[in-house]
Amino acid sequence: MSELLLELFSEEIPARMQARAAEDLQRLMTDKLHAAGLHFTLARTYVTPRRLTLVIEELPAAQPDVREERKGPRVGSPQAAIDGFLKSAGLKSVKECEERDTGKGVFYFATIDKKGQPTAEVLSPIVTECIQQMPWPKSMRFADLTQRWVRPLHHVLAVFDGAALAGAVPMGGNTTLAFTSRTRGHRFLSPVEINVVNSSDYLIKLKSAKVIPDPKERRTLIWAQCRDRALKEGLTVKQDEGLLDEVTGLVEWPVVLMGKIDQQFMTVPPEVLTTSMRTHQKYFALQDKNGKLAARFLVVANMDTADKGAQIIAGNERVLRARLSDAMFFWQQDQKVRLGERLPALNDIIFHARLGTLGQKVRRIEALARHLAGLIPGCNVDQAAQAARLAKADLPSGMVGEFPELQGIMGRYYAGIEGLAPEIADAIADHYRPLGPTDLCPSAPVSVAVALADKIDSLVGFFAIDEKPTGSKDPFALRRAALGAIRLILENGLRLKLRDVFGFAYSGFYDQGGFEQNQPKVVIAQLLEFFADRLKVALKEQGVRHDLIAAVFALGDEDDLVRLRARVKALQDLVESEAGANLLAAYRRASNIVRIEEKKDGATYDGAADPAKFSLPEEGKLFKALEQESQIALKRTANEEFVAAMGSLSNLRAPIDDFFDRVTVNDPDPALRANRLRLLSTIRATLNAVADFSRIEAKAEV
Amino acid sequence: MVRRTMTKGGGEMTGRKPNPETCFQNAILKLQSYWSKQGCVILQPYDMEMGAGTFHWATTLRALGPKPWRAAYVQPSRRPKDGRYGENPNRLQHYYQFQVILKPSPADSQDLYLGSLKALGIDPMAHDIRFVEDDWESPTLGAWGLGWEVWLDGMEVSQYTYFQQVGGLECNPVSTELTYGLERLMMYVQGVENIFELDFNGHGMSYGDIYLQAEREYSEYNFENSDTALLLQHFKDAEQECGALLNGAQPLPLPAYDQCLKASHIFNLLDARGVISVTERQAYIGRVRTLAKACCEAWEATQRIPTGKA
Repeated sequence: MSELLLELFSEEIPARMQARAAEDLQRLMTDKLHAAGLHFTLARTYVTPRRLTLVIEELPAAQPDVREERKGPRVGSPQAAIDGFLKSAGLKSVKECEERDTGKGVFYFATIDKKGQPTAEVLSPIVTECIQQMPWPKSMRFADLTQRWVRPLHHVLAVFDGAALAGAVPMGGNTTLAFTSRTRGHRFLSPVEINVVNSSDYLIKLKSAKVIPDPKERRTLIWAQCRDRALKEGLTVKQDEGLLDEVTGLVEWPVVLMGKIDQQFMTVPPEVLTTSMRTHQKYFALQDKNGKLAARFLVVANMDTADKGAQIIAGNERVLRARLSDAMFFWQQDQKVRLGERLPALNDIIFHARLGTLGQKVRRIEALARHLAGLIPGCNVDQAAQAARLAKADLPSGMVGEFPELQGIMGRYYAGIEGLAPEIADAIADHYRPLGPTDLCPSAPVSVAVALADKIDSLVGFFAIDEKPTGSKDPFALRRAALGAIRLILENGLRLKLRDVFGFAYSGFYDQGGFEQNQPKVVIAQLLEFFADRLKVALKEQGVRHDLIAAVFALGDEDDLVRLRARVKALQDLVESEAGANLLAAYRRASNIVRIEEKKDGATYDGAADPAKFSLPEEGKLFKALEQESQIALKRTANEEFVAAMGSLSNLRAPIDDFFDRVTVNDPDPALRANRLRLLSTIRATLNAVADFSRIEAKAEV
Repeated sequence: MVRRTMTKGGGEMTGRKPNPETCFQNAILKLQSYWSKQGCVILQPYDMEMGAGTFHWATTLRALGPKPWRAAYVQPSRRPKDGRYGENPNRLQHYYQFQVILKPSPADSQDLYLGSLKALGIDPMAHDIRFVEDDWESPTLGAWGLGWEVWLDGMEVSQYTYFQQVGGLECNPVSTELTYGLERLMMYVQGVENIFELDFNGHGMSYGDIYLQAEREYSEYNFENSDTALLLQHFKDAEQECGALLNGAQPLPLPAYDQCLKASHIFNLLDARGVISVTERQAYIGRVRTLAKACCEAWEATQRIPTGKA
């Protein structure tokens, strides 16, 4: 049993691509080894900015010998066919074949023994193929070579069983990159070549050459250093997993250093400071005991220096000063312009070529927010309209131009400085939310109105121009928008008729033209269906069954999500009870019989049964029960007493059971039979009036 | 245009002693000398207005075709929109780039680059030098490449690119392009926080002494005084001339490319003046790109002819 160690050493791999690259390399290699009959116990990967490493443990010394049986032509086939078969099987004469009767005739069978090759010989082309097939999200050519890599590839360390593999990667033209057992340490701290015999040797030698190949180890180390460094100043580090991942991919030898933020900048909003530090400089922000941003930052360097990082810290502080004086400039300048004065600038920003400018979008959102405000309890209509009008006004500001991720947040600050009501300021900041399933959902009425208006406007607009999400493609984040709208509605218990709301939103696009050819009805129906799909996803986590959502939604009249959810939950209680399960079985039985007989007769049995034609008491009882309970159920549904409505349906269980026990539907008397089929179809109709029972799955997972 | 009034503006060298060793012009001399030793042709700046050193024919055009090429030069770069009337310590509408082009990209280009930093007196053992992903794309040139920005203690001091396409044409072989932002780099080396305080010649002349007035005047020109109607006409003229030079019996890619540069700069001036709307903007960029592509194609065609015959 032997080990393969592979290291692909290149110029700096972008941090964001490293983890994926390690997975891809492992997958490629694993698939190829298995295909070659080389099975192993364990594979592990490491990745740094300069190296992508894979270790395969306990590979056999050679491929297993394989015996393969191949079926040939029928005995007595033309000679050409037989010769072809012999050639492909590597045999000289039919005497080496077995003749076997397969039941469909006598055929030649050849048995081919394939001797397994030594692993070292098989590995070499596999390593080359892995390199050639590596799926980098973006790759490049370099010099005059044709072999692409993420950045120039410099060497391929490939050690098997203690020695470098024989072989080379063709790089294009006459250039090859021979496999080696040598690598290099840290670019500055230990640039000498090292020779490696196996993975433990590799890990030890790299560590003494100031490289930590394992990203998990670097990540842990960085975080520990950050916390220690912060603790010394009585501070805590602001948790930032994304940043931690990124800096892990920017260093081979992490050294955390602390710098100071000039006091003059501490008057700038903390979001600005942290964003500037994070996006431009990849610094961690620190907090004091009260959660207030501290005038310190942490930088993760890739260097140990003789002066313990003094020059590095001084340099980083200087860079940050320049960055923050820029930010401070924007902060001061932006305050001189009122948000309302920035509105004309929105007319110059295209929202989407076919959906007009941001200025137009804002006018639509304002109208929609005003409309929604009337439907949201406790919402001040004028505040909602004003918040909607100003919601995008911070986009042309200097600060948001520099830091787009501060959109909304800056708007809130500027609105506050202008003295606008806090409800308006908050709505400006929060109207982008919720940004995902875990993001906080706005609950303040004005914020809800604007957040909903913004999302619905986008959804209606993009659906109208047929830019719907398809498969994994959702360039305008419409799934997120729909989920956001659903959360805003459900979490705030908003009673909205979505059809009307979508229709109102759609009318906002009329003045722009370009839409006339579309039917608002079609767009609205598509959008409702899209919402139903999103709702299934959203409610799945709450244990609500997707088939039940479909069952209620299929009625086609339900566009009030709050009511829809209540109906679905009541339905779920019913179908998960014993009576409900029974009812569902009866429903299936009834509708199956009706369907089959209708097909047979080429007739329909819709419509009421005639009580005069009942011959057995169970028929009359069922007829009466259906009449009564369906009326009660529909009345209760109308009153939104969904649980009670379902309760009345479950009262149908006994009469239906009795009917099936005692009554033969297919009576020889055609009149009796037709009447009984009508009764069955009434069962179907009664239940379908509450939910489309045909969509309910028998044993759907909960 | 909002005038920036945060700093004193100024330009005096605040108490620091002039130092002929670390002064601005000496950095240029050091870089020229270093890259000269690497076999680069040391060119003088191209005598046309352009937004970056990449636009110099020595990079854009010479990156195309099969012939090896190594060049280094300073290129004054003009970005009319970045002007701040000399009142921002970090922004200029006219600044210097030091540009290096190495074709084909050498296997040791990172070491060569680090060697140039050492030549400037930056000791890699005392600093934190990093190559951070930054892919480059120029919609105006129809060009793109992969590479990094180089960080020196958190400061971006160079742009490092492996050209993949220029003028819509595949680069084969691929070149390494190195661009040093000289002002920023030298502010770092000199420990200065205001561009205008940079020690220019080591004998008492600051960057501000030389360029502050120009920054004020050009900012005013770029933002307030340029004649829009005239510029629009000039743009059309350059576009027309470029086409004519390429479509004649004997295409003249080099003079045609001059017209492309002109059009590009005029577009930048119009953009700074704020007279180009968002939609028009894309259209103008597209028009310049069309010129650049045509020049690149015409140039590349001349490169295929075996040397000596042309």
